[in-house]
Amino acid sequence: MVKDMRINADRDVCVGAGQCVLTDDAIFDQDDAEGTVVVLSEHVDGEALEHARTAVDICPSGALSLSDD
Amino acid sequence: MTELADRPTPDFPMKRTCPFDPPPGYQELRDQPTASRVTLPTGKQSWVLTKHTEVRSMLADTRFSSDRRLPGFPLLTETSKKFMEADPGLIGMDPPDHGPARRAVVGEFTVKRMQALQPRIQEIVDTFIDEMLAGPNPADLVEALALPVPSLVICELLGVPYADHEFFQSRSAKLLNTADGIEPREKAADELEAYLTDLIMAKEPSPSEEDLLGRQIIKQREEGTYDRKALVSLAFLLLLAGHETTANMISLGTIAFLRNPEQLAAVKADPGKTLPAVEELLRYFTIAELAGSRVATEDIEIGGVLIRAGEGVIGLAHAANRDPNAFADPDSLDIDRGARHHVAFGYGPHQCLGQNLARMELQIVFDTLFRRVPTLRVEAEFDELSFKDSTIIFGVRELPVAW
Repeated sequence: MVKDMRINADRDVCVGAGQCVLTDDAIFDQDDAEGTVVVLSEHVDGEALEHARTAVDICPSGALSLSDD
Repeated sequence: MTELADRPTPDFPMKRTCPFDPPPGYQELRDQPTASRVTLPTGKQSWVLTKHTEVRSMLADTRFSSDRRLPGFPLLTETSKKFMEADPGLIGMDPPDHGPARRAVVGEFTVKRMQALQPRIQEIVDTFIDEMLAGPNPADLVEALALPVPSLVICELLGVPYADHEFFQSRSAKLLNTADGIEPREKAADELEAYLTDLIMAKEPSPSEEDLLGRQIIKQREEGTYDRKALVSLAFLLLLAGHETTANMISLGTIAFLRNPEQLAAVKADPGKTLPAVEELLRYFTIAELAGSRVATEDIEIGGVLIRAGEGVIGLAHAANRDPNAFADPDSLDIDRGARHHVAFGYGPHQCLGQNLARMELQIVFDTLFRRVPTLRVEAEFDELSFKDSTIIFGVRELPVAW
């Protein structure tokens, strides 16, 4: 079985650019008040994992990371 | 390869020789083994970074300060004491102040909030196209569409009366024009600031939930943090940024589409391609790269050099966006590139606050313009067009079009 990965989001670092939501709005959303990231789907694999990797790469603030746990 | 100490320090900013490409000097800088120094119009020197990975690293590293008041910040012109003492607002803030200040307003610009504006932006675009089609043919696309669309959109969002658009459009243009020195820029800034101060004071007795400035007043009062000067500074930034950036991208993007008819045909055949095309146009033109200016607050190794505390550094977004190590065949416009890691909106915590508004506006304008005016053409030779090469935001002054 393909191992999934966990998305970690640091909302104190997030600046609400919304690049992750543009990448995949099934995985990421933004808080209505502060615009900061809300992770809708914490564990991802397959295509969703690829989207999460893109989001981590283009996130301007470094708020997103992936881990094995 | 030349040792750093022996290398010339070319004058900066450099001008584009082809309006569609970065200044030729950028490639020479990027081909050097390490970061280079350039000479600014003030006679001072600054470091420049040109490689995509280095520009991103620098802009993400908050040890590089955005505070233009710090000595060593790579300003392009001498500035008055008054300018240096003025609150630089969101774009000039560093941690720990910047994060909370940005989060207090960025909720207004989320992807969802911008999607909710879509019907109104569509209406605005249709109205200005109706007016253009009803008027003389040829017309100036800048005046007919490129400037009024983002101008009206940001006015409605902020709660600034569009009836005053001639006033703030002309002041915005003057403020960003570096050709005539600092005095006209400071005068334009003073006038805009006075206008916005009056406007915000007029809103204070009964602020409306219907516009951003009203909502900010209400929210900040609830939190006991209301600060009129800070709100004027925010309004100033949003009004200015909401005008000249999207407007220039509409004009330049229209020229690019018309010069690449096969790519335009692909977008017209599949509206799903418009957003990726917008992303590529943003990369290709990179109209606002001076936003990547910073000053080191400690000694930092980057780009193969040691940048000392107090030294200025400019991350050249246009050079980074044409870095062959980040983008294959970087000088081609390719709407199918799918490259979202460009730095046209900057990078790091200051990345453009209004980027999702810009994307929405550009997407709707291009979709609507080419659908409704299929015979649109530029009514001038390419080399007759007058490009803004001495402004902080690159663009075209007039764009004669016919249909």
